[in-house]
Amino acid sequence: MTGALSRFLTGLVGAVVEAWAELRVHRGRVLLSLIGVGVAVCALTAVVAAGAIAEQALREVSERGGGRAATLSLSSWTDDGTPVAADDLRTAFRTAVDRYGIDYASEHGWGENRVRFPDGITAVPAELVDVPFGEMHRVDVIEGGWFTAADERRMAPALVVNERFWERLGSPDLRTHPTVTIAAPAGDVTAVVVGVTPSPTWDQAPSSFLLASQAAALRGPDADAMYGTPNFEMWVPPDIAEQLIGRLSADIGGQLGEGVHVDVFRNDFAEQNASSIEQMQLIVGGIAVVVLLLGALGLVNIALVTVRTRIREIGIRRTFGATGGRIFFSVMMESVVATVAAGVVGVMLAVLLVKNPITTDLIGQGVADVPPFPMEAAGAGLLAATIVGALAGLVPALVAVRVKVIDALRY
Amino acid sequence: MSILRLEQVSRSVPLPDGGRLTILSGVDLEVGDGDRVSVVGRSGSGKSTLLNILGLIDAPTTGEVHFEEVPARTFSGAGRDRLRGRKIGFVFQQFNLLPRRSALENVLTPLLYDGGRDFWRRRAIATRMLESVGLGHRLDSPPERLSGGEQQRVAIARALVRRPRLILADEPTGALDLETGGSVMELLEQVADETDAALVTITHDPNIAARASRHYRLEGGALAPAVVA
Repeated sequence: MTGALSRFLTGLVGAVVEAWAELRVHRGRVLLSLIGVGVAVCALTAVVAAGAIAEQALREVSERGGGRAATLSLSSWTDDGTPVAADDLRTAFRTAVDRYGIDYASEHGWGENRVRFPDGITAVPAELVDVPFGEMHRVDVIEGGWFTAADERRMAPALVVNERFWERLGSPDLRTHPTVTIAAPAGDVTAVVVGVTPSPTWDQAPSSFLLASQAAALRGPDADAMYGTPNFEMWVPPDIAEQLIGRLSADIGGQLGEGVHVDVFRNDFAEQNASSIEQMQLIVGGIAVVVLLLGALGLVNIALVTVRTRIREIGIRRTFGATGGRIFFSVMMESVVATVAAGVVGVMLAVLLVKNPITTDLIGQGVADVPPFPMEAAGAGLLAATIVGALAGLVPALVAVRVKVIDALRY
Repeated sequence: MSILRLEQVSRSVPLPDGGRLTILSGVDLEVGDGDRVSVVGRSGSGKSTLLNILGLIDAPTTGEVHFEEVPARTFSGAGRDRLRGRKIGFVFQQFNLLPRRSALENVLTPLLYDGGRDFWRRRAIATRMLESVGLGHRLDSPPERLSGGEQQRVAIARALVRRPRLILADEPTGALDLETGGSVMELLEQVADETDAALVTITHDPNIAARASRHYRLEGGALAPAVVA
C-alpha cells in the first residue's frame, strides 16, 4: 500500500516536473497562449466586476430613491380633485400605523425654501420627512447626522442639507451648529443644519431634508395647494407587504370617508428594478461567455497545432516508458498550469482596469460610495481560466494519447 | 531464463485493395542475458517491424512473444509501456534526441517515468551516465550543438540510464562516418557488458553485424541464421 502510494506520488511529481520543463522549453508558444487567455480572463473578470459594481450602484441609488424592500407608499386623492385635508390624512395614517405595529413610517412631501446664502437668496427644494425616513432609504450622511427625536423638539427647524448646500454655506463645522436663514412667508426663520448628505458629481444644485412636523413654520397657507397632499411611506417585511397593501388601503380610506381614495403600493427597488437588474445581468453574463469562448477557441487552436508538431517527441517518450495516461496528464497539466498563470495575470489587470478612478466614475455614475472590487468576479475569472485550461488541454491530450508509438516515431 | 522469445511470429498489414502484405513470417528468436545479436537485411525486408515487435511497440499478427517467459499479449497497454521503460533501451539511427533540451535533460527523461528512488536521484544518475560515455563536459549542450557521434553517445546514455536488460539498436551507426560508427559501437558494447544487458543490433552494415556473437539475416520476412565473414 505504501509502495503504491509512493509510486503514485512520484508519478504525480514526475508529471508536474515534466509539464514545467515543457512549459519552459515552449515558452514562446506558452507566452502567446497566455496573452490570449489572459486578455480573455481580464475581459471576463472586468465585465463581471463592472456589472456587479454598476448593479450595486444602481441598487444604492434605487434604495435611496424608492426605499428598501419592502417600502409601501401611500397616496390619496378625491373625486372632485380638491386636495385631501393633510391633517386628516396624517391622523388616519398614524392611527393605521399604530394599529398594525409598523415601526418605520414616514411622511414624504415636497416643498421649497427660499434660503439666504452668503451670495444671495436661492430657492432650494426640500423633502418633508419624518425621522425614520433616513433608515428606510439608507440616507448616507458625511457630516453631522440624520434627524433624531431630539431634533423634533427644537425650537428652530433642523435641516439635513446636501453637499452643495453645505458648500454654499462655506462648509462649516457642524459641531458649531451652523444656522441658515430661510425667508418664509411669515418672516425670516432661522434653521439649524444638523447633517450633510453626499452629492453625486452630476448634482450641482443645493437641496435639503426638513422634518414634516417642523415644516408648517416655513410654509405658507397655500403650500398644500401648490405641492399637493403629502405621501406617506412604510417599511415593512416583504413577506407581508401584499397583505398590508389591501388592509391599509381599506383602513385609511375608511377613516377618511366617502369621496376620498387611498392607494397603497410598493415603491421600493425590489419591485421597480428587479427586472432591469436581471436584464443587465443577462447581458453582462452573455458578453462574458462570448469573450471566454473566443479565448478558449484561440487556445484550443494553438494547443492542437502544437501537439501535432510534438507527435514524434511523444513517440520517443513512449519508447522510454511514458504510459498513455502519463502523456494525457502531462499535456493537460501544461494547459492548466499555463491558463491558471494567465488567469492570475488577467484578474490583476482587471482589478487595475476596473478600480482606476476614470472607470470607477464611469460605471459608478457618480455614486458617492462605489462598492469594492467584487471577489466573486476574481473567483469567476480564475475558475474560468482553470476550466478553459482543462477543456483546451483535453482535445490535444486526447490527440496525443491516440497517437500510435510506431506512427509517432516515423512522423 | 530468456529475456525475450519469439515463436512463429508473423506480421501482416492490410492493403488498400483488400489484400494483405506479409512483412514477417514464422520468425523464431531467443535472446538471453549478455547476448550480442545482429540482424542484417535490405531496406524493406522488415527489420524495423521486427525491432518494433522485439521492443513491445508492435504486436504480431500471429505467433507469440514472451518477455521474461510471460506472454506479451497478457500485458495491459500501460503495463507494456512501463515494462518497456524499465527493461528495454532503444538506440535509433537518427538519435531521436529531444530538441532544445540539454544532453543532461535528454538522458534524465527516461528517469521521469521511474516510480522509485531513481526518479529523485535522476540528475545525479544522468550526470554519471553522461560521464561514462565521455560527455561529462557537455551536460548543458543541446543536441543542435553536438556532433553526430556525440549525439549518438547521448542517445546511448539515455537508452542505458535505467540499466535495461535488453538494448535494441536500430542502425546505430547509420548516420555516422566509419570511424565514429566504430567508436560508438565499441562504447555501446562496453556499456552493455558492464550491465550484462543483451544487445540486438539491426543493421545493413556487415562490419557492424560482424561484431555480434550471433548473426541473422532477414529476407522476404523470414529470419535465418547468417554467416558473417
